[in-house]
Amino acid sequence: MANEYARNTTLRSPLGRVRGLGAARSGVHHWWLQRVTSMALLPLTLWFVLSVALLAGAGHAATVAWIARPWNAVLLLLTVGVTFHHLAAGVQVIIEDYANQEWVKMAAILAVKTICLVLALAAALAVLRIAV
Amino acid sequence: MSIMQDSREATMLGRRSDGTPVRRPLSPHLQVYDMMQMTSALSIAGRITGVVWGGGALFLVWWLMAAAAGPGAFGAVQWFASSFVGLVFLFGVSAAAWFHTLNGIRHLAWDAGHGYDIPTTYRTGRWVLVGTAVATVITWIIAIAAWAA
Repeated sequence: MANEYARNTTLRSPLGRVRGLGAARSGVHHWWLQRVTSMALLPLTLWFVLSVALLAGAGHAATVAWIARPWNAVLLLLTVGVTFHHLAAGVQVIIEDYANQEWVKMAAILAVKTICLVLALAAALAVLRIAV
Repeated sequence: MSIMQDSREATMLGRRSDGTPVRRPLSPHLQVYDMMQMTSALSIAGRITGVVWGGGALFLVWWLMAAAAGPGAFGAVQWFASSFVGLVFLFGVSAAAWFHTLNGIRHLAWDAGHGYDIPTTYRTGRWVLVGTAVATVITWIIAIAAWAA
């Protein structure tokens, strides 16, 4: 019995696991950023949903004029950036929970982060092209 | 210890309090949950609505890129948004976004240490459902009024 215990015991201390990496390899950083971005998205989403609802049926000229207004452009850039950060982090957790093989998990997370970054940059470029 | 090939290994092998090894059920072991309970139903709905909102974010990118590209590309977005499929999609995204937002506030309260007891959990869960319905209806009343104006 004693030998079996020894074989299955890790020598790493709980502190060592938490301090450096832990199972997620990043401590609480990811968890904390998910909360920070969610709080930032509360006012941004409220503003965006109301604005888009009021833009319902607006044509190209009216929509572009709305995007081009400085504060709208700034808030749109913020909304796009924070949304895709929060989205990538959230989908990452789903993949970590349900993907069982390490390489599948890593490849899927890298793909999601790449796609989210590309989409955020494309959206930001569109806003800047209209507003600048 | 060798490197894990399958993350389930971490949850499968455990020890009873008397020290004997035991193989635990696999995560996420859906068989142990009754998904008709409001607690677990709202929990998984939080994830699903987050993913649905991600689909809405794709539409946001398309909308912005089309607006920057010109009236022709923007016409395609308008055609989709006013089609039956597009309206169902946008209605679903708006409802999912409101649910995810209100449920997210509930989660932030839990993270701060509030509302963990069972009666409060059920009460806040009902608030989230009612709030989602009310906020979604208000959103569409505003949108339809703006459309008609």
